[in-house]
Amino acid sequence: MQFVEFISTHAPILILAIPLICAFLTPLVSRISDKARNIFVTCAIALSLATAVLLALDIYANGARTYVFGATSPGIVLPSGMNLPIRIMYEVDGMSIFMVFISLIVALGASIYSWAATDKYTGKDRYYTLLLLMVVGMLGMELTGDIFNMFVFFEILSISSSALTAYYIEGDSAEGGLKYMLLSAIGGLFVLIAITLLYSQYNVLNMAALASSIQYTTLDIVALGILMTGFVMKCGAVPLHMVTPDAYTVSPANITAMLVTASQACLYALFRVSFTLFGKSIIENMTYGTVGIILIVIGVLSMFVGVTMALPQHDVKRLMAYHAVSQTGYMLLGVGVGLAVMGDSSQMDAFGYKAMEGGIFHIINHAMYKGLLFLTAGAMLYMTGTRDLNKMGGLGHKMPWTAGFFIIGALAISGVPPMNGFASKLLIYESVYQFSPLLSIIAMVVSILTLASFVKVFHSAFMGPQLSDYRNAKEVPKSMIVGMCVLAAVIVVFSLFPDWAVKTIVDPAVDALLNNAGYVHNVVGGA
Amino acid sequence: MNAETILELIYAYTPFACVAALIILGLYCCIVRRNIIKIILGVSVIESGANLFLIAHGYRTGSVAPIYTLSPSDTNPLNYALPIPQALTLTSIVIGVAVAALMLSLAIHIYRKYGTLDVRKITKLKG
Amino acid sequence: MDASLTLETGSGFWTPVLLLLGLVVCIVLVLIIRAFGEKSYKRGTEQTKPFLSGNAEGNKDAMHVRAGNIYWGFLEALKGYYTPTVGAHTGDVTDYLIWYIGVMAVVLGILLVGVLL
Repeated sequence: MQFVEFISTHAPILILAIPLICAFLTPLVSRISDKARNIFVTCAIALSLATAVLLALDIYANGARTYVFGATSPGIVLPSGMNLPIRIMYEVDGMSIFMVFISLIVALGASIYSWAATDKYTGKDRYYTLLLLMVVGMLGMELTGDIFNMFVFFEILSISSSALTAYYIEGDSAEGGLKYMLLSAIGGLFVLIAITLLYSQYNVLNMAALASSIQYTTLDIVALGILMTGFVMKCGAVPLHMVTPDAYTVSPANITAMLVTASQACLYALFRVSFTLFGKSIIENMTYGTVGIILIVIGVLSMFVGVTMALPQHDVKRLMAYHAVSQTGYMLLGVGVGLAVMGDSSQMDAFGYKAMEGGIFHIINHAMYKGLLFLTAGAMLYMTGTRDLNKMGGLGHKMPWTAGFFIIGALAISGVPPMNGFASKLLIYESVYQFSPLLSIIAMVVSILTLASFVKVFHSAFMGPQLSDYRNAKEVPKSMIVGMCVLAAVIVVFSLFPDWAVKTIVDPAVDALLNNAGYVHNVVGGA
Repeated sequence: MNAETILELIYAYTPFACVAALIILGLYCCIVRRNIIKIILGVSVIESGANLFLIAHGYRTGSVAPIYTLSPSDTNPLNYALPIPQALTLTSIVIGVAVAALMLSLAIHIYRKYGTLDVRKITKLKG
Repeated sequence: MDASLTLETGSGFWTPVLLLLGLVVCIVLVLIIRAFGEKSYKRGTEQTKPFLSGNAEGNKDAMHVRAGNIYWGFLEALKGYYTPTVGAHTGDVTDYLIWYIGVMAVVLGILLVGVLL
């Protein structure tokens, strides 16, 4: 049992270290054989996921955990005689571990899927290195308690994901990769400038210590605005969404599924900044309403513009990418309503908490079904060689598994009962209705339009007579089916037991976001 | 306010004026220029601005490099330059190099595919 | 963990298992009614051919309604919305940057004005 205890003590770093070390071992393992490398990469992600489960059990039982680097023991937060933490520190609470689960489950599905999906290509050793680095980038952003560390992982994520987007230079993939990198680079630089603004005033980089000392001066407000815009841009919300469809369209399908979780890692950063870092000061200055309404407006715009732009698309991945924008709007709406009533405990109890539950539950639901849908889109591309829906048709005759997974994903994203998308959307509809009925109605209309556009995809790709071009089409290789199965299984479990999912993993996440005093207390002590 | 304090103020704020100028110049370059290489240069200029911003916070007139073993033995501990911004700047420079290298290599591929570096013509993905 | 099968959603509740049971009952009913149906259907005869007002069926490839034709009426009716919105997605990366700077300015403006008021 000593081994389990050791793993549990060092879990926050092990989650990150396993994929990081394996990333650079991958080219060596590739020397043995392709199969060995594939299994090695998948095992690395699975091992990291197992460590995350171990850590999650501990966090749900004993509360948030801090892990300090360079101290004699990882528990020493404040070295003797210091008022402020000076070391890099990871602080893992319910929200962090929730996001870690999302990233790792999707990465697991995507890595199994890519065994066969990339078999036409060469240079796969570096491809898998980048894939693992992308996982590291996401995990690092989600685990860290240090704001500069977050910036570093943000950049690792940007670099590896845009390199993967353009990894196979064919057609227009370099264009998508460059646009994504350019926007991420400028967003990242502004995030760095905002971090400098905070550091120059308070002399700390630790988020908890910053949160306890922020005065909400004009410079702090500027930093908040810059940080918010940077992360909103990276999570792909209207009107900064334009690069999202471009990058999602051209990247390999399994990378697109991971780009969705990458955007959600940035969504996490946005929530962390607005709830934890500035939570105390925006409540004291009574500006939580303004910040919340900014998120709500961005969310509603994303929902509406995203879904209406998706309807006329005839590129299957571009259509789904616009839906990713639209679904991000639901999360921003749900959590934004929670933020807008954060300082008002009666409204918070009445509907704010449920709205946040809905928004956060939607994050994991979205990652699973949108990941699944992108993987099915990749399967269509694999068989037909085109992303153009106008050229597809009758694939359901030859690809029953893909069609089945597509139905699961499409029903879930449209919020059709009894799928998991319905459960989280219901939470959002009912709670947001009490905040403002109009927003709730818009959310429902958007859901209907989502169903409409997925009916279009299903009809034009899978239904209809067998076309002569695809007479020789057949089901995709087994590993691609297994990869889709991983995500579909999670969707089915969440569909059948939404209450279990909400109580076990979503509620600790919501509590963690709202309990910024506890986050600060873990590091600085006192209140 | 005498001339000396004004001069001191100018000294103190010159780095920040440079930072603002660099960032605005970089943004101007990114938005107005049409050549992708120039846009990437603009990103690098913004990055220099951000780095200068970081490093300017850690420096005080007359301070010494924060290397304990190499500094004169009679150095007042308060006279060291703040080491953390320097570490942060180093990290940021390394990231900037990686970003610039990646973007330039993508620009090469775009030139091979499209035969141009004009952003107005690199719009296959739109709508 | 006191998780149950029912998710409380604030002012309502949601029990997917109940809905699934209902669906199963419905499917059983449908199958029972279907069993009373006509049994003279034969595969591979004239019966199974599509009937297009007496005209011969065209080439299979030409019979499929392609994606570009679906929702044509909807898009045509909302042209006033779609032309500017699609037009705003120019694909030009400098336009994306202008949006970014613009939104950052608006957000900063709102936040700063929010404090002054």
